Amino acid sequence: MELKDLYRDVILDHNRRPRNFGRLEPADAVAEGNNPLCGDRLSVYLRLDGDRVTDVRFEGKGCAISTASASLMTEAVKGKDRSAIAELFERIHALLTQHDAPVDPELGKLAALSGVREYPARVKCASLCWHTLNAALERSAAVVSTE
Amino acid sequence: MAATLPNVSRPGAYDVERVRRDFPILAREVGGKPLVYLDNAASAQRPLAVLRAVEHYETHSHANVHRGVHALSQAATEAFEGARERVRRFLNARSTKEIIFVRGTTEAINLVAQSYARPRVGPGDEILITALEHHANIVPWQMLREQTGCTLKVAPINRRGELIWDEFERLLSPRTRLVAVAHVSNALGTILPVERIVEAAHARGVPVLLDGAQAVPHIAVDVRALGCDFYAFSGHKLYGPTGIGVLYGREELLAEMPPWQGGGDMILTVSFEHTTYNDLPWKFEAGTPHISGAVGLAAAMDYVEGLGLDAIAAHEHALLELATKELSRIDGLEIIGTAERKAAVVSFTMRDIHPHDIGTILDSEGVAVRSGHHCAMPVMEFFGIPATARASFGCYNTPQDVERLVAALHKAREVFG
Repeated sequence: MELKDLYRDVILDHNRRPRNFGRLEPADAVAEGNNPLCGDRLSVYLRLDGDRVTDVRFEGKGCAISTASASLMTEAVKGKDRSAIAELFERIHALLTQHDAPVDPELGKLAALSGVREYPARVKCASLCWHTLNAALERSAAVVSTE
Repeated sequence: MAATLPNVSRPGAYDVERVRRDFPILAREVGGKPLVYLDNAASAQRPLAVLRAVEHYETHSHANVHRGVHALSQAATEAFEGARERVRRFLNARSTKEIIFVRGTTEAINLVAQSYARPRVGPGDEILITALEHHANIVPWQMLREQTGCTLKVAPINRRGELIWDEFERLLSPRTRLVAVAHVSNALGTILPVERIVEAAHARGVPVLLDGAQAVPHIAVDVRALGCDFYAFSGHKLYGPTGIGVLYGREELLAEMPPWQGGGDMILTVSFEHTTYNDLPWKFEAGTPHISGAVGLAAAMDYVEGLGLDAIAAHEHALLELATKELSRIDGLEIIGTAERKAAVVSFTMRDIHPHDIGTILDSEGVAVRSGHHCAMPVMEFFGIPATARASFGCYNTPQDVERLVAALHKAREVFG
C-alpha cells in the first residue's frame, strides 16, 4: 500500500486545478452532498437536454480525493445520457470497493482513483460526488414526472 | 482492586520511557513504522494496570451486582461499589451517593437534560452554553428545547478560541436555568475559566454542569473546590475502558430528580400499582451496569494518580510548547486555537492540503491524528474551515513523537508539492 498509489499525479492535478468548478446558472438540476464524517460538502449543477447531461459543474470544499473525483466525474459524464451515467456509476462503485478486481480498462482517467480501495476510510470521499450527481439526476426526473 | 501502581521515583522526575512500557499497544507498528499515537483526545490507550484489573475481575469476581447472596455476586458488588468510592475520591465528592455510573459523558449530559432540566424549564427559560462545545453538550439541549420550548443561548468565543467573558456574563440572565459548559475544549484545547463561571452563575442562583471529558486526563478535578453542581466525564479518555463514564451531581439536586430510565436495580419495590425507587445513586442506574468498566476506570484513576496528575500536566505542557513551536515553523501551517490556557491539543490546517489528506499521509508514516470536525461543527464554522487535523498528547507521548509528527507533515507538503 503505497501513498503514491492514492495520490497519483492525475489526482493531484485535478485537486490543484479542478475542472468544471463553480456554479452553473441557470441549472436544470442541483443537489448538495454532505459527508457528515468529515464535513465535506459539495454541490453538483446540471444542464440537461432530455436525458442527456449537456453541462455539469461542481463547487464545494473537500479533500484532494473528493475534489479530484468530482473534477474527473464532470469530465466523464458531460454529454452522456442517464443510462450511460448509471452504467458508469456501477463501474466506479466497483473500482472503489472491489479489492482484487482488475482495474476496468474502459474507465480511462477515472482509473486513477483505484488507489482509494486500499484506504477504506477514504472511499466515501471519492464516492460523494457520484451520489450527489445521482441525487441531482433523480431530482430532475422527479420534477419532470410531476409536471 | 488489582491495579498495580507504577513505581514513580522522585517527584519532578517524570520517566516517560517507563510510562510507555505500561502501554503494550505503543509497541506495535503501523504500516511498518513504530506507532506515534496522537489521538488521545478522541480516546486514550489503556495501561496494563487497567487491562489486568479488568481481567482479574472477569476471571475471579464476575456475577451480577446487588442481587445475590452467593460469593461471586458479593465480590462483584464489592468491586463495583469499591470503584464508586474510588471515583468519589478522585473527584473529592462528599459522598458516593453523588457518583452515578453512566456510559460516558454523552449519557451523563442527557441524564441532566432529561431528569434535572426537563421538569424545570418551559418557554422563555434559557440554557446557556458556549460556542466551543462538543456536539454532546449541544444536541441534548436542542432536544430539550423541542420538548419544552426553552431557549438555547450560546456565549461567543474570540479568534484565539477563548470565551468572551463579558458576553458570557451578559447572557447570564434572570431566565437562565442552567449553565452547561466544557471544562476543556476538545477541538481547540482551550481551558475554560470554570471557577469564574461557577462563581458568576451561582451568584445568580444558576446551577452549572461541567463537561469534563477533556479535562480529567490533564487536570486534577476537585468538584467541591470547583463548586459545580454536575460534572460529567468518560472513562476512555482517562486511560480507562470505553462504555463507562461518570456523572457527579450534588446530592441535594440528585435527590429531587426523577429517575431517567426505569428497570431493574433502580427500584426498591415493584407492584403493578406502584413502584418505589431505589436510593441514590442506584436510582439513576437502571439495569445491569458495566461492572468491569467501572473496575477498569478505578484502576485508571489509580494509575494516573500514581503518576501524578500535576506531573502528567507538566509533561504534556512541555510537549504542547514544543509542538506549537515546531508546527508554527512549517510553511502554510496555521494553528487553530491559541488560547492562553490550553490543554495539550494542537488543532491545525495546512494551506492547500485538506485535513483528511494530512490524516492519511500521517497515517502512512505511522502517526495517528484525528482529522475532521471533532464533533464540534459550530467551532469549525466560526473559524470558517470545514475541518482541522488535531494532534493531542497524553502521558506517554515524547518529544520524539513531536519530531515524527513534524517529519510526517513535511512529507505531506512533499506529496502535495
